[in-house]
Amino acid sequence: MTLSWKQAAMFVAAIGMLAAVAAPLSNEPTADLFGRPMLLAAILLSAALYAASAFVSARLSIAVTFAGVLVGCGVTLVLLRDDTIEGYAASGFWVLVLANWIAAWLGVAALASVKLHDKAAGRMVDLAIPLLFGAFVFYLWEVVVRGFGVPSVLFPAPSLIGVRFFESLWMLWQDFFQTFILGVLTGYAIGCGAGFLVAIVANRYTFLGRGLLPIGNFVSALPIVGVAPIMVMWFGFDWPSKAAVVVVITFFPMLVNTLAGLNAAGHIERDLMRSYGAGQGQTLRKLYLPAAMPFIFNALKINSTLAFIGAIVAEFFGTPTLGIGFRISIMAGRMALDVVWAEIALAAIAGMAFYGIVALAERATTFWHPSYRT
Amino acid sequence: MTSSSYATARPVQIRWHPAIVRSAPVIVIVLGLIAVWYVAAVLMNRNLVRSQFERDDTPYTTGELIAGTLDAERPLLPAPHQIIETFSEDVFGWPVTSPRSLIFHSWVTLSATFLGFALGAAFGIFLAVLIVHARTLQKSLLPWIICSQMVPILAVAPIVIVVLGSIGLRGLFPKALISAYLCFFPVTIGVVKGLSSPDPIQRDLMRTWSATQPQIFWKLRWPSAVPFLFTSLKVSITISLIGAIVAELPTGAQAGIGARLLAGSYYGQTIQIWAALVAASLLAVLLIGLISLIERWVGELMGGRA
Repeated sequence: MTLSWKQAAMFVAAIGMLAAVAAPLSNEPTADLFGRPMLLAAILLSAALYAASAFVSARLSIAVTFAGVLVGCGVTLVLLRDDTIEGYAASGFWVLVLANWIAAWLGVAALASVKLHDKAAGRMVDLAIPLLFGAFVFYLWEVVVRGFGVPSVLFPAPSLIGVRFFESLWMLWQDFFQTFILGVLTGYAIGCGAGFLVAIVANRYTFLGRGLLPIGNFVSALPIVGVAPIMVMWFGFDWPSKAAVVVVITFFPMLVNTLAGLNAAGHIERDLMRSYGAGQGQTLRKLYLPAAMPFIFNALKINSTLAFIGAIVAEFFGTPTLGIGFRISIMAGRMALDVVWAEIALAAIAGMAFYGIVALAERATTFWHPSYRT
Repeated sequence: MTSSSYATARPVQIRWHPAIVRSAPVIVIVLGLIAVWYVAAVLMNRNLVRSQFERDDTPYTTGELIAGTLDAERPLLPAPHQIIETFSEDVFGWPVTSPRSLIFHSWVTLSATFLGFALGAAFGIFLAVLIVHARTLQKSLLPWIICSQMVPILAVAPIVIVVLGSIGLRGLFPKALISAYLCFFPVTIGVVKGLSSPDPIQRDLMRTWSATQPQIFWKLRWPSAVPFLFTSLKVSITISLIGAIVAELPTGAQAGIGARLLAGSYYGQTIQIWAALVAASLLAVLLIGLISLIERWVGELMGGRA
């Protein structure tokens, strides 16, 4: 019988799990795996699952592999709770981690090569792959940081950040409200709205449009965040200055994209509108704006990330004692990196949610566009 | 836009030179913006200058007031000529090595930009090549790369500085790392798009010639990715500049355009802030021009299809 390289790699993972039993777990004196019968059983189980996955059908093998990875990762996390292992992990421990890594990689690779006819199931798989990948990256982060005993001042483990996150929910909410709701959302609404209106006016008066488009393109390429200190000087330390920076940053991408979008309506459609005797307002509402929608949403998406960056940068130039950017720079100075990471997690969640909502709105309003009708 | 072109009986029209048709609106609007700027400067600095006059107990006319608003030392909004004056003094008035010279500060930021850009572009291309060749990575890593851009990455900047500082890395490298982190994304996305842009037919042709993977890469995929690469590079070099400027803010850097902005904001030197902004804008234009130049040169080397 010949082995495919995937089967061979699964065997390597299984043998790795078994080899770890013989190798030392820690540089400190500690009980070996025979002194921990539950964990030994779990290791044997996961090794058996890895070996078994090489022989069952392709679909089943994925499930078996991930069951093994779950058990194997669980073992290493339980081991880390031992004070004589955390920070002193030795070859036996790392072989376990490495074997899990190989198995997890093969599992994700197998999942990625699955071809499904059912569309909904296919989408679930496409969602599951990055999630599993991400979960394993967090696992590696946790294990490496705690196994090597990296000081949490330098690089805190995800579990520590999670604990800090839930401990300081109230502070995080206040910072979120100050930076995101007051600063980002206000500025985003005003900036995008203004860009949109100016684009509509510029589209009406050709001369204005021809002048504004190159200028808008030029300004979009400039490092506009630099206006942050000026805005802080004009509007004070509180949120209006942050909103003002966001307005300036979001205005030009919106202007340029909307102008491009309003030009996207074809000649034939315009002639059709004219032959219907449609007025200016009707043509705008029924032809130009729908045609511009994909461009407008493009700008909304670009702006959703730019806005957040602008608000945080503006906070470096002065804030009341609140806000995500303020907290990050203060806490980084005090070396309280777990709080900093909790704030970053907050910013990440807020940023992705913001982008996600805009993307969902796009799907709901431009479902007719060719790019979605695949 | 062309609604007028369908009008029937039209009077004899003067045919302007296309260059004039293209540039006239831009020039008119720029002039208009400058005029608005002057008016705004008068309006915004009015109270400042008036209270100055009243404190000195000097009688003043409206003309003097307006002249004062355009010549204030720390105006809320400096007039364009003041900015240009300060800019040219900062650029030409000092030796290049002096910490008062804007060229010195620009160079500090520019060196971080270049290093960050090189790192970011290399990393971006590397990731793109990996992603195109490994389906697993495309499905597992690409979503995370996209997510990473929705995170306000600048928030991470202070941590990068602190962590790298604690292991002894200071100065140029941490700044470059932040700007690399900011600018790799457009390169990755653009190159992934470019590397997968050849038609399946062309790839099949390579296979019928029994070309190896490296041959397909160097003779088909890479050449067709080059135009995409340069479009992305133009986007990412300005991002890289922004990254380098912003990275100077939380670090309390002593030199660089970001440091100039910070110092100007601490001491209320508005004109200095604006001059630094002008310098940053000029740098951005120069950098994009540089990339365009290289693009044209590479295009000629590759057979000048552009």
